[in-house]
Amino acid sequence: MPKDSGIGASTKRREDVRFLSGTGNYTDDINVHGQAYVHFLRSDVAHGRINGIDTTAAAAMPGVVRIFTGADFEGIGGLPCGWQVTDRHGEPMQEPGHPVLAQGKVRHVGDPIAAVVADTYAQARDAAEAIEVDIEELPAVVDMKAALDEGAAKVHDDLKNNLCYDWGFVEENRDAVDAAIKGAAHVTTLELVNQRMVANPMEPRVAVGDFNRATGDHTLYTTSQNPHVIRLLMGAFVLGIPEHKLRVVAPDVGGGFGTKIFHYAEEAFCTFAAKAVNRPVKWTSSRSEAFMSDAHGRDHVTKIELALDADNNFVALRTDTLANMGAYLSTFAPSVPTWLHGTLMAGNYKTPLIYVNVKAVFTNTVPVDAYRGAGRPEATYQLERVIDKAARELGVDPIALRRQNFITEFPYATPVAVEYDTGDYNATMDKLEEIADIAGFAARRAESEKKGKLRGLGVNCYIEACGIAPSNLVGQLGARAGLYESATVRVNATGGLVVMTGSHSHGQGHETAFPQVIAEMIGIDESMVEIVHGDTANAPMGMGTYGSRSLAVGGSAMVRATEKIINKARKIAAHLMEAAEADIELKDGAFSVAGTDKSVAWGDVCLAAYVPHNYPLEDIEPGLEETAFYDPSNFTYPSGAYACEVEVDPETGKVSIERMIAADDFGNIVNPMIVSGQVHGGLAQGIGQALMEHCIYDDEGQLLSASYMDYAMPRADDVPFYEVDHSSCTPCTHNPLGVKGCGEAGAIGSPPSVVNAVVDALQSAGKNVTHIDMPLSPSRVWAAMQG
Amino acid sequence: MYSFEVDKPDSVDAAVSALQVEDAQALGGGQTLIPTLKQRLASPSRLVSLTGIAEMKGVSSADGVVTIGGGTPHATVAAEAASAYPALAALAGNIGDPAVRNRGTIGGSLANNDPAACYPSAALASGATIVTNAREIAADDYFQGMFTTALDEGEVITSVRFPVPDAANYQKFEQPASRFALVGVFVARFADGVRVAVTGASEDGVFRWSEAEAALSDNFAPEAIDGLSLSGDGMISDLHGSGDYRAHITKVMTQRAVRAAG
Repeated sequence: MPKDSGIGASTKRREDVRFLSGTGNYTDDINVHGQAYVHFLRSDVAHGRINGIDTTAAAAMPGVVRIFTGADFEGIGGLPCGWQVTDRHGEPMQEPGHPVLAQGKVRHVGDPIAAVVADTYAQARDAAEAIEVDIEELPAVVDMKAALDEGAAKVHDDLKNNLCYDWGFVEENRDAVDAAIKGAAHVTTLELVNQRMVANPMEPRVAVGDFNRATGDHTLYTTSQNPHVIRLLMGAFVLGIPEHKLRVVAPDVGGGFGTKIFHYAEEAFCTFAAKAVNRPVKWTSSRSEAFMSDAHGRDHVTKIELALDADNNFVALRTDTLANMGAYLSTFAPSVPTWLHGTLMAGNYKTPLIYVNVKAVFTNTVPVDAYRGAGRPEATYQLERVIDKAARELGVDPIALRRQNFITEFPYATPVAVEYDTGDYNATMDKLEEIADIAGFAARRAESEKKGKLRGLGVNCYIEACGIAPSNLVGQLGARAGLYESATVRVNATGGLVVMTGSHSHGQGHETAFPQVIAEMIGIDESMVEIVHGDTANAPMGMGTYGSRSLAVGGSAMVRATEKIINKARKIAAHLMEAAEADIELKDGAFSVAGTDKSVAWGDVCLAAYVPHNYPLEDIEPGLEETAFYDPSNFTYPSGAYACEVEVDPETGKVSIERMIAADDFGNIVNPMIVSGQVHGGLAQGIGQALMEHCIYDDEGQLLSASYMDYAMPRADDVPFYEVDHSSCTPCTHNPLGVKGCGEAGAIGSPPSVVNAVVDALQSAGKNVTHIDMPLSPSRVWAAMQG
Repeated sequence: MYSFEVDKPDSVDAAVSALQVEDAQALGGGQTLIPTLKQRLASPSRLVSLTGIAEMKGVSSADGVVTIGGGTPHATVAAEAASAYPALAALAGNIGDPAVRNRGTIGGSLANNDPAACYPSAALASGATIVTNAREIAADDYFQGMFTTALDEGEVITSVRFPVPDAANYQKFEQPASRFALVGVFVARFADGVRVAVTGASEDGVFRWSEAEAALSDNFAPEAIDGLSLSGDGMISDLHGSGDYRAHITKVMTQRAVRAAG
């Protein structure tokens, strides 16, 4: 029987009422009295030296308040990078400066050169056109291999070259892996591209800076997944504002997908300028600006080698990747191709020897950082593609080859530094085979062939490390931040609860799911619990939402705080009923004395805490409010098996996804409907990457796919009705809810199955196609079929 | 967007005279022009809206000819030409999305002559006549290359006359991002021969594929053009497909259009 409330119930999302009725409060809905508007003049060349900026004529234009250039930020900190990677030789990565407005050089199309603050947005834009910029164009570095050539133009003149780092992991295994590959019975090699993506959240970025001259307080309203992180990075490292004088508010946020984690120049600018011009300053990104200023995702070029013994056991894996950093290091960029990628290269398999090399490269392109899955999709894609290729080369069933190599005993320490606490990969594969009706595929293929279509079936597994993560571990790996989460639970006098969480909801449904947990713990109605987030003035210092961590880490903090509340309430109840605390039980919203009919309602206990007339004041303080910080002891490891069935039109190369099946193990689940929705969204993004989306620069560093006219986003009719299952459940062993996180799974798990399916379809027609790089657009598939 | 004046005349004569102002520009449904203005890629002094002119709206049919007012939105053509010229109505009903179809007009589309627009292929394949405030222009003379037409400055398309073929069909292969035609082929079979017009593919805009027309005039069947091939030279080559791909798709869409036209 499905539950109708509490943990496990598909409670409808309470936040959807305001989202769907147009009554949300997004950052662009915030207008501060007297605000001015900023327009950024952005570079239209990829690489150039700024010889001069003349703002004289522009400054005299109507409505202009002030024009800022890089010179106004001399002596002020640049945008910091939050993760330092150490290379294979023990040296720290090369870390260039990242000024708020360009100083000396522009390094990508979209790099901000000047900012015009004016009474209206149109006036700011008009004046920006009147700024005269003398830029000496320099050769652009776009291709990663070319960027590493000796004599290549340098993106940053003060660095040795364009190599950010050369990372090896696990470096001690390098020779052993090479030897194992050399001596293997079979080696499958695959070169592939994980193409550059643009996250494209529905809501573009917005920032409103405000400064109160009377109190000296700064406020920044911004589209962020982690307002406390922005407060720390911007306050401490860029503008030198102490945290108690800086409030960062991220209200309703219309999608993030990683790209709203990072600290951006526009946020720092609006905060800075509001004080400088003594007026609130607002910036709203246009979609065109978003394409050239939001951090991009992926952009890896990889060669992977999988070695097998004569019995088809995986014996070694080596992967060599070039990872594009773009022109500057975005906040967490260095961690994505390294610790979020290399540590997942074992996948679901007991490969004993693994070596991962990653060279991160600066180019004259928009910075690249985490995008839904961040490193884990890149790991999963190459691994699951090379396994599929190996199965075809060896003439064995791809599912059987996977099952043969599955990790089956837990906990399992991989050769790439992480320990999987739990999982059951055969269980999700069993579930997948059942739903996908793999046995019936041959008949479906025959039906497709009757219509002149080639049908293919692709399968893959995935594992991800979520619930990021133990602070002491990530600190060793180079993170310049902790990765705990916080929650304050405030019980009101009449029994309702307000939970202030450091997690941030930008579509995930926290306002619905989190109350389900607390309501179940206390035995009260979900409607008695309200979630507050996104405001540093309310919530305790939190790290925000990304890496599928909200429930696993933020939810755990909330559980811990609620446990403290319950413990204190139990003491109060014991006092009220004149019973021993050990005899007090909490059930269905009432405290009772075991073995008696004495009970006191939740609300009466709460009232007693705030009206402490009859109260153990000598033992406990009045009031009922508790805070907890939760730092996990490990990542969580959601996993699953996915299948895709495609039809390929052999005349045009057009791929149609007929079925997309996801069998996931997310551990315990709080709200199955929300989990399905998260998987659906992830699948759409995974299919988008597999078939459609591609951020392309030309050789001069001009962005060719700079609008929806050329950047293909998946639409409703590009995706099938998904078949998702999350009944497989091995609960996480180390967090109080046993949850693992589900936000990124769909985007991580789906691209390989799509590509595997298309290769299968083409091979069914006798085409000697072993790989096609994403996106599998009609023209690419057709070209591959021509041989 | 820069600032500009707006006129909304209620007659063709008033529109033509309003367009005499320097840097004035006609505004149909605005589906291309408004986004262009928003991106500050054009700066007309005055927009002359053609949407308030009753005589430029509507679909009528007589003596084997369907006449469509230049200011008629695509959705109206899709609904009102459905019985008289189903292939044309189907084309109109699959342009853009509902918002585009309820604003965009046939006159605007033909005047703009986007190389990936759908309507030019229908006009050219049907041997349509473009009627303006000043003259009548045969479709064969009207389209003069990408975004280029026979229209003079300030000339307004008041209606388009489509001879109705015995059989016709339009096949659009969509560019994945914009869903404009990567290649669109309109095939029309008349008593005196077959016309095949291709949009989306060529660097010169919409064109007639004369070899296919000859072959199909002899035998109106998909296999009639099995032996033909188009060259990729002169075809648009971009991130969505090479010239060779577009040439290949032109043939595939032509065969599908012939099959669908029956």
